[in-house]
Amino acid sequence: MNLEHRSAARFKPQAAEALQDDNLKRALAKAKDGFVLKRLQAVSNLNEFESIRTEARRIKDHVLKHLDYYLEEFERKVIATGGHVHWAETAEQACNVVQDIIGGEGKQVLKGKSMVSEEMGLNAALEQRGHTVVETDLGEYIIQLAHEPPSHIIAPAVHKTRDQISDLFHQEHPKYGLHKRLTEVPDLVSEARQVLRDKFINSDVGITGANFLIAETGSTVIVTNEGNGDLSQILPNVHIVTASIEKVVPTLNDASTLLRLLARSATGQEMSSYTTFSTGAKRTDDQDGPEEFHVILLDNGRSKVLGSDFQDILRCIKCGACLNHCPVYGAIGGHAYGWVYPGPMGSVLTPLIIGLENALDLPQACSLNGRCGQVCPMSIPLPDLLRRHRFKAFQQGLIDSRTKYGLTAWALMVKRPRLYHALTSVLTRVLALMGKSKGSLRAVPFASGWTSARDLPVPQGQTFQQLWAKRK
Amino acid sequence: MTAANDEAKSTVALLVTCLVDLFRPNIGFATVKLMQQAGFTVDVPTAQTCCGQPAYNSGDQASAQAVAKQVIETFAHYDYVVAPSGSCIGMVKVHYPELFAGDAEWRGKADDLAGKCYELTTFLSSVCKLEVTASFSRSVTYHDSCSGLRELGIKSQPRALLEQVKGLTLKEMEDSEVCCGFGGTFCVKYPGISERMVSDKVGNVKKTHAEVILGGDLGCLLNIAGRNKREGASAEVFHVAEVLAGMADIPGIGEKST
Repeated sequence: MNLEHRSAARFKPQAAEALQDDNLKRALAKAKDGFVLKRLQAVSNLNEFESIRTEARRIKDHVLKHLDYYLEEFERKVIATGGHVHWAETAEQACNVVQDIIGGEGKQVLKGKSMVSEEMGLNAALEQRGHTVVETDLGEYIIQLAHEPPSHIIAPAVHKTRDQISDLFHQEHPKYGLHKRLTEVPDLVSEARQVLRDKFINSDVGITGANFLIAETGSTVIVTNEGNGDLSQILPNVHIVTASIEKVVPTLNDASTLLRLLARSATGQEMSSYTTFSTGAKRTDDQDGPEEFHVILLDNGRSKVLGSDFQDILRCIKCGACLNHCPVYGAIGGHAYGWVYPGPMGSVLTPLIIGLENALDLPQACSLNGRCGQVCPMSIPLPDLLRRHRFKAFQQGLIDSRTKYGLTAWALMVKRPRLYHALTSVLTRVLALMGKSKGSLRAVPFASGWTSARDLPVPQGQTFQQLWAKRK
Repeated sequence: MTAANDEAKSTVALLVTCLVDLFRPNIGFATVKLMQQAGFTVDVPTAQTCCGQPAYNSGDQASAQAVAKQVIETFAHYDYVVAPSGSCIGMVKVHYPELFAGDAEWRGKADDLAGKCYELTTFLSSVCKLEVTASFSRSVTYHDSCSGLRELGIKSQPRALLEQVKGLTLKEMEDSEVCCGFGGTFCVKYPGISERMVSDKVGNVKKTHAEVILGGDLGCLLNIAGRNKREGASAEVFHVAEVLAGMADIPGIGEKST
């Protein structure tokens, strides 16, 4: 797939290409089994999961209702602890703020994993200024080496097989004097750690995302399994947090409630290995910590989602459970979706951020099987939200003419039962004659969408209504 | 009014579903037979066509509402409405009330209908408490169709009924709750993705070595049977109603008559 020119508008060709990729198929099959089974285990081990879920929803709904208040409260607390808050309406503004904070040229910037920074296009912007960006999350590090965007919101390199990663390291690591081809996971991890260690010590700025922002303390929270986030934010002199505005929660207690759902839903862990709370800049008697602490609050269209039919999506805590349980994601992986956020949550969020007209396929490419909504720890009605995008697309005349005419013809028939039954009697008869003695048809005129993937079972010959009328 | 109501007390209306009407009337007759076994009189309104899902899921709310009104009027005066489909009943029970959220009059009517609508296996196990008399001496695996499973909680009902079928062995497949890739118009709009999903499903069926695939929704079954034929797989496909009614003695879905 040409990842440089991928876009949400090119979903169909990208999906077609993804379906041909055997490595992707292998990688996704392996990931799916792990995520799904581990989550199930973790959730069944916690008796109060459902009640925590209810409470979590209440917390986020409350925050969204009073978002302005909690964001300003958060800002006050950050300032009180010696930090700075920067408000950015667009991705570009957010990038400019980061550039201004870093200043100069040619700095080395460490990054913990941040999907918001992906949304900002931050790495490209920094590199344009001559800065060197070092992704420190193992998955992010792998895809940075491969010059690829993340394909999953918590497992950015999930689309890669172990063999591909082995090849990649073998190709990229000789410049650090590491020439041996490694094939085992622990060896690969250890080599990446070795390469990253030096960079941790010699960097000017650390940028992380935030899983939560806590209004009562002005803290930002990240969860990681590698500890890379801690090093990224403690060692450099400047720590910048990139966060979207809906990440704020009122209290530490609220964050704890959400944390109990997050790792269980994401990786099936009770808690991630590291949960790191950052509050303000280094104080005089602190042993370590950054001299400067900045939080960038990115809106990027989210404030317009507040109060709309789509507000529920802002409860999302980016656990990735909906991706892991989505059979469409499982078939095509994340890159095919064409923008930062893939899978069900992405198919709801992307059109809200980049415009429905630029992402028309995303809400349509879903069988509405409902599994995403079932596993979402924040009870976001994802299938309903996807359907709402379809309502909007239809209202705005953004659906293809074939679907439009098909629906018009269908509606004409189903609203006229006599006509409908006359036509279905003919149709069933014709199909039965075509498939006489075959049982199913390999090709049917005007039905290639069906027959490209499967045969068409032949009808029994008369409609139920015809047979029922005779029987009576 | 009262007299008519009393007379209709034990009458069930069959919502036959557009796919059963067109492709597999045997499922409709099996449903009728099961409800008659349970002591109900069955009526089949001729004014029924489709529940409106194609419009609803394609974003055409106006057409979906028009069709929903037609269904509500057609079935309003029955005591029970039963369909051999979790998908169509999910539409009526869950989505009709949503469709009329801003219209008190029709919302009320939609709620009334929702209250007396049942997917077949739920009706048989919770309302009729039917004792199944059929026998079927083959091994089967059961595909849980998504709407029935997640909108209506249909999981144990068909299995409990199938347990009573003499000679039948149930071999559960891996990922029985994962979508088969049908999804209504999804399967023709995104055939490549749908193909991967249905071939995964057929692969999981093969691993069980079951002779027969059963399910409660004809859309999924047409999809699975069609893919089965395309891959030359041997398992036959039937609707659960056909087995429960002892009417699975004809060729399976998509099989040629011998």
